[in-house]
Amino acid sequence: MKAGIITFLGSNCDDDALYALGDVLGADASRVLYNENELPKLDLVVLPGGFSYGDYLRCGAIARFSPIMSAVKEFADAGGLVLGICNGFQILTEAGLLPGALTRNDCVEFRCKWVNIRVENNQTPFTGELSPGDVLRVPIAHTEGNYFDRPENIARLNEENRVVFRYCDEKGQVTPEANPNGSIENIAGILNEGGNVLGMMPHPERACEELLGSADGMRILRSIALYAVNRADA
Amino acid sequence: MRFAGIVSIRLREDLLDPQGKAVMTGLEQLGFETVEDVRVGKQLRVVFEAKDGEEAMARLEEMCTKLLVNPVTEDYDTVVVAEGEPEPD
Repeated sequence: MKAGIITFLGSNCDDDALYALGDVLGADASRVLYNENELPKLDLVVLPGGFSYGDYLRCGAIARFSPIMSAVKEFADAGGLVLGICNGFQILTEAGLLPGALTRNDCVEFRCKWVNIRVENNQTPFTGELSPGDVLRVPIAHTEGNYFDRPENIARLNEENRVVFRYCDEKGQVTPEANPNGSIENIAGILNEGGNVLGMMPHPERACEELLGSADGMRILRSIALYAVNRADA
Repeated sequence: MRFAGIVSIRLREDLLDPQGKAVMTGLEQLGFETVEDVRVGKQLRVVFEAKDGEEAMARLEEMCTKLLVNPVTEDYDTVVVAEGEPEPD
């Protein structure tokens, strides 16, 4: 799998994503700078976490004007796989590649902690190696991770099975106590209409080795790689 | 003509405003016990050229929908003032 990780001004999880995809997974992972106009030939584009453009105006609102974003949009429109993590998720909503918005955590504060997320849908390019109901232990680190959209849009996400992950407790129960930021219906990750763009607030790339506390994030990254390889063979 | 466009942005009414809640708690602790609600917003002042007031209003509206405001979470009001005229507080 060839993966490109976009470094925006203010990204700070780009190296983590490069490490998890390149060193740990063994994929051909490279950095793509925000001011480039074209993407190399890729199977996956990652929009990493961070504080692109200082979170000015709204988180992710300015990053969408980076020159590379036109190429990312074209790539997504053509069915290419795009994974937005944390600030990357915020950028995808601001760029109109994913619905809804990420607003301030209901606790007001920056939350940096381990959470559990439940796999809701494994019929996606990002979760093929997982089963519905699987519980993954992954970290979050954000102030604006409170997913919001109008009720009719949330209903549509549910109907179309586009909620991929929900915050849950260790047993997989989706409870208010397990919701770290106030997201509607404990939503932690969603897909676009085409099913090829995933945004999630938790950081799978930071849960890439047991030494770091969990290797569960690799189950997501490995799913993507297997999907990409099968797709290339087909 | 030069105009100043003032855009007041706040969270939509149906969204919880945790920042406002935190500020309200602070006010209560300072003895402002009659405070019932606080909502935090922001104001932008955009200076730009336009043919007349009508065009200025239309341009500012376009700026709001294209960038300044996220309609999923935010409501806003706009005021356009010609250069030299008094601006609202």
